[in-house]
Amino acid sequence: MNLRTLLLGTCSAALLAGFANAETLTIATVNNGDMIRMQGLTDDFTEKNPDIQLEWVTLEENVLRERVTTDIATKGGQYDIVTIGNYEVPIWAKQGWLVSLDGLGADYDVDDLLPAIRGGLSVDGKLYAAPFYGESAMIMYRKDLFEKAGLTMPDSPTWEFIGEAARKITDRSADINGICLRGKAGWGENMAFLTALNNSFGGRWFDEKWQPQFDQPEWKASLQFYVDMMKDAGPQGASSNGFNENLTLFQQGKCGMWIDATVAASFVSNPKDSTVADKVGYAIFPDTGNGNHGNWLWSWNLAVPSSSTKAEAAQKFIAWATSKGYTELVASKEGWANVPPGTRTSLYKSEDYQKAAPFAAPTLAAMDAADITKPSVKPVPYTGGQFVAIPEFQGLGTTVGQLFSAVLAGQSSVDDALAQAQTTAVREMTRAGYIK
Amino acid sequence: MARAVSTRRTAVFTIAAWIVALIIFFPILYTIVTSFKSETEAIKGFNLIPSGTVESYAAVQAQSNYFKFFLNSVVISVGSTLLALALAIPAAWSMAFSPTRRTKDILMWMLSTKMMPAVAVLVPIYLIFRDTGLLDTRFGLTVMLTLINLPIVVWMLYTYFREIPGEILEAARMDGAGLLQEIVHVLTPMAVPGIASTLLLNIILAWNESFWTIRLTTTNAAPLTAFIASFSSPQGLFWAKLSAASTLAIAPILIMGWFSQKQLVRGLTFGAVK
Repeated sequence: MNLRTLLLGTCSAALLAGFANAETLTIATVNNGDMIRMQGLTDDFTEKNPDIQLEWVTLEENVLRERVTTDIATKGGQYDIVTIGNYEVPIWAKQGWLVSLDGLGADYDVDDLLPAIRGGLSVDGKLYAAPFYGESAMIMYRKDLFEKAGLTMPDSPTWEFIGEAARKITDRSADINGICLRGKAGWGENMAFLTALNNSFGGRWFDEKWQPQFDQPEWKASLQFYVDMMKDAGPQGASSNGFNENLTLFQQGKCGMWIDATVAASFVSNPKDSTVADKVGYAIFPDTGNGNHGNWLWSWNLAVPSSSTKAEAAQKFIAWATSKGYTELVASKEGWANVPPGTRTSLYKSEDYQKAAPFAAPTLAAMDAADITKPSVKPVPYTGGQFVAIPEFQGLGTTVGQLFSAVLAGQSSVDDALAQAQTTAVREMTRAGYIK
Repeated sequence: MARAVSTRRTAVFTIAAWIVALIIFFPILYTIVTSFKSETEAIKGFNLIPSGTVESYAAVQAQSNYFKFFLNSVVISVGSTLLALALAIPAAWSMAFSPTRRTKDILMWMLSTKMMPAVAVLVPIYLIFRDTGLLDTRFGLTVMLTLINLPIVVWMLYTYFREIPGEILEAARMDGAGLLQEIVHVLTPMAVPGIASTLLLNIILAWNESFWTIRLTTTNAAPLTAFIASFSSPQGLFWAKLSAASTLAIAPILIMGWFSQKQLVRGLTFGAVK
């Protein structure tokens, strides 16, 4: 055996050993632009970590939630990294379903995470998920239509102003609706908006003793306001409209205002898809003069289920995907306007980002204004802004959402829907043991 | 006069049949049309004339490896169908030619399992798959789909076998044929058309099954149903891409259905006009 053969043999053995030791991480995720973009950029990670390979499972949001819940609850161990919302993180962390992220590395700069987002992902001071992108809610409005109607958007608009402006802008003959809002039933659809609206009207889902509050004047006022405004100034068939439908209407120039997730700003200002890209203005979520701007806060996050046997490698990937370095990687490959928003303070200090994303400042203002630990001006026993962070909320929120969507569709009245919502909520909360 | 009326009636029925067929096929047609639109075009409203772009197909292929999902679909649907036939032919033979007092009850019980919502047994099935290491395996999914479709396969074969005169089998027995020989050499050749249509229908059912195929797989065994599901998006436009993914997923089964429509129709209407 000569030296060359020996070297060749040693190298081959080392290579084979390397492949044999390579860990494969299975990542469950949802299909949205930022996630798909990340899948295309993972070569950067695998080149730096040749001992880790990645497998992606992309699922529809509700199927993902159901699959991951089943897998974690049964300790199936199918996933090493899961994409979950800030609704799930505190609930799952308290149940011991998630690994606390202590291994993100010294250079991760956890203090750079936006405080509101970090707070929503921490339990007892420990971070259980790292934010990939975050959002609040704000007003997106047509500056040209406001100008034409002689209106000026205030720095901090009230719902009263929004209602008047919506009616003034509406021009049915030109197919322009004053305002587009979610109406499609679902805890993450119409109830996200209506819960934030009710928060800003001074209402709450439950009092300190977990008694449902649908029989209180705030819910009546907010729901009646929403239904009346949508009747006068909303699009036809609004009870079927969710985020995507309203996005389409706004991009086609059929909405004077749209109040929804801040992440929409990058879509409506993109001239490739939006016919009104250069006419969009932004303003903070309205209030009723009480300083409560809805407290909408959502983030998609990466977490490691406790059933994973590859927690160390998984944290390595999470640290890469949610790092400042990843933001710079996206900026260099796809431009600053395409970096995942709403997670790090440093992004909003970047001049390059502010130049590329005109919606950066209003987005940050909206996120800073959101406090999910105090969603209402009244005291509450729960956390969460546009949702209530309890396991029962998915089912209850969707049931109530169906009742309210039916009101918008003209199939029932505000009073009937609220009475039914109250009865249902009392029954469910009693059954779940919250009401003694 | 009678012939004129008859011709008119035939024409009316033909037109009605075409209209019904078009209504049934329209969602598939519109999916195919939408797949050749850009995302902006796809959301603009009803339009049957696409711009003809193939950007959605390119995006779908760039995002996922279609052929991996396709191969899994083929293995799982064909495998489960063959396994189901292997179990169902003897079962249907026994019920058709040696019925007992309980045969009808057993047939009804088998069918009743199809009435139970699948989600009701999700957790137990998931735990069984976890404990036996069958999660995300083609074998596990093949077994699952076999069990799901077995009642329908048994029922269909039972119906066909009942059409075959028992005297022929008796004659075979008198000629000295054993049980296995009777089933393999006498019954099966006579029931080939029925078995073929059962096979085709079962492949279609297995190909389209989405509840279990999405929930019991992650990456290795995920078939085309999981491929389609991955293109639905909560935030952002996806209609054209979803349509392209759906077209790619249904194309093989549509082509197979087209070439085997005679057998399928024969199978589905067998015994209907006795």
